[in-house]
Amino acid sequence: MSSSSPTARLRRPLRTVQPIVAILLVVGLLGVPFWMVVVTAGKSLRQSLTPDLTLPTHWQLWQNIVTVLDQGRMLPALLGSLLVMVPSVVGVLLLGSMASWILARRRSRAMAAVYALAISGIVLPPAVVTIVLLLRQIGLAGTPLGMIGVYMGMYMSTVIFFVTGFVRTIPVELEEAARVDGAGPVKVFFRIILPLLGPTLATATILICLYIWNDVFYALFVVGGRLDTLPLNLYQVASSGLYLQNWNLIFAYIILMSLPLLITFMVMQRRIISGITSGAVK
Amino acid sequence: MSSTPTIGRGPAGLGDRRRMLRSSREHPAWFLIPALAVLVVFFFVPTAFNFIYAFTDWSSFKSSIGFVGFDNIVALLGNGSLLGDLRITLVYAVLVAIFQNLFGLILALVLERDTRINRIARVAFFVPVVMSALAVGYIFQALLKPTGALNGIIGAVVGHPVSIAWLGSTSWTIVVVALIHAWKWMGLSMLIYLAGLKTISEDVVEAARLDGAGWWSSFRLIRFPLLAPAITFNVATALLGSMNGFDIVQATTQGGPGGTTELLNIFIFRTFGQGLFAQATTMSLSLFLMVAILAFPVIRFLRKREDVL
Repeated sequence: MSSSSPTARLRRPLRTVQPIVAILLVVGLLGVPFWMVVVTAGKSLRQSLTPDLTLPTHWQLWQNIVTVLDQGRMLPALLGSLLVMVPSVVGVLLLGSMASWILARRRSRAMAAVYALAISGIVLPPAVVTIVLLLRQIGLAGTPLGMIGVYMGMYMSTVIFFVTGFVRTIPVELEEAARVDGAGPVKVFFRIILPLLGPTLATATILICLYIWNDVFYALFVVGGRLDTLPLNLYQVASSGLYLQNWNLIFAYIILMSLPLLITFMVMQRRIISGITSGAVK
Repeated sequence: MSSTPTIGRGPAGLGDRRRMLRSSREHPAWFLIPALAVLVVFFFVPTAFNFIYAFTDWSSFKSSIGFVGFDNIVALLGNGSLLGDLRITLVYAVLVAIFQNLFGLILALVLERDTRINRIARVAFFVPVVMSALAVGYIFQALLKPTGALNGIIGAVVGHPVSIAWLGSTSWTIVVVALIHAWKWMGLSMLIYLAGLKTISEDVVEAARLDGAGWWSSFRLIRFPLLAPAITFNVATALLGSMNGFDIVQATTQGGPGGTTELLNIFIFRTFGQGLFAQATTMSLSLFLMVAILAFPVIRFLRKREDVL
């Protein structure tokens, strides 16, 4: 009906240009850096001294990966990463959900104040220097347990914010039904509320895993030199000693370290994307 | 807390009291305690310590800690690092917020339609978000060397070799590192803008089109204003998140050249490594205060903009 309007005439060429623009953006913005990473990770030390976009004269990606795994202390670092990440995520989600249930259901002025305080950590930066002092005073300096506590403290606000909003959408009648059958609060929480939190907790798990898996700043202060995690190890090998300017090994390390999250993301992308965007736009 | 007697509050107190007793039985306050204990010990107490130890001579060189008043602040003001680093951090955050939102919005508009190519491109642009910021920093350190791949490409285009020191300029490198930061996170902004664009009803845009509005004017006058909630979220997270930046700058410039990219966190890390704990704490306190002072006005300002529209 509006075939004579200027926009309709404009829209057809736009439809053929758009895919070309999209592909050019992907190639230019992502293709160039990632191509450099992959070809450099496949080169010999001599060839990789100045990383460029040329293909290696002969591929030795596998050999470089073996070197990184073997000499780069990558396996202990992987275990260290898991050792702090898994308990932190489980702990912060469980404790955060318990608190969120109460904060969502009890509507007194005191609870509103507690809630405001509990979510303030979303924007406020953690006091990274004095955390170290505190951990020394309570005997947790340089220990995995101290690191777990620090991560839980950092992400508790995010969990409480997400989960409290979700609990408010769960009808109280569901709880009432269980209560009539004689269930106490512990049973109501674990049997009724926690299972319903599944999708929200899944999103929160992914976000917090992403932050903790990739964190190097707080790890440097709390466990630097005492416990290896993947980013800490990358920092040490890339900034000093063995791998300084050995770009083939640095990039092989980066590929290996990124794979677990990349694979998780590729497999679960639909869910991750809808989970992340649902909270942001209201 | 809720079991304290409320006698003497007048007739309304009785009903309130019964409701509170019931709610405290059904939703007991002790469920809050573990989470609050973690928050207090690992977040609030260290934050409170910031306000104490910034005024001491805590360092690795002596075993006792003594009160020194404003000496640290005076010293950091005196050598220019306090105001200098605050300014650099603020410039970095503003640049990141601008670039990240500009790129994210452009990507969202280009990849808006649901075609196969667009869906693949969206996933591809989310890959940097999933990667470690430290790794991203190292990739760009290699890419931006004077003999690196970017100069190679530019040289091939202009026809003669170029050797721009992207990470060696005392005036422009701050822009380059902000661009890298924006590159890492633009996929997240894109996703949020895409979700925002989806919430705008087709009818509104179609009505504008029938009134003769072209793509640009319908975007500028109708769709952009309706994106306000997505803009609020993206600008606030980019601005406040990049004030806490560290990884990308540490991996590319380590605060150089000549300290022109020295974010507060870079200074904190360096002075902590030198054993000057009290100075690091003073900077940590400055970062906390800057974020705290800026967070509330920024969020309120952006929210108010939403209301007006």
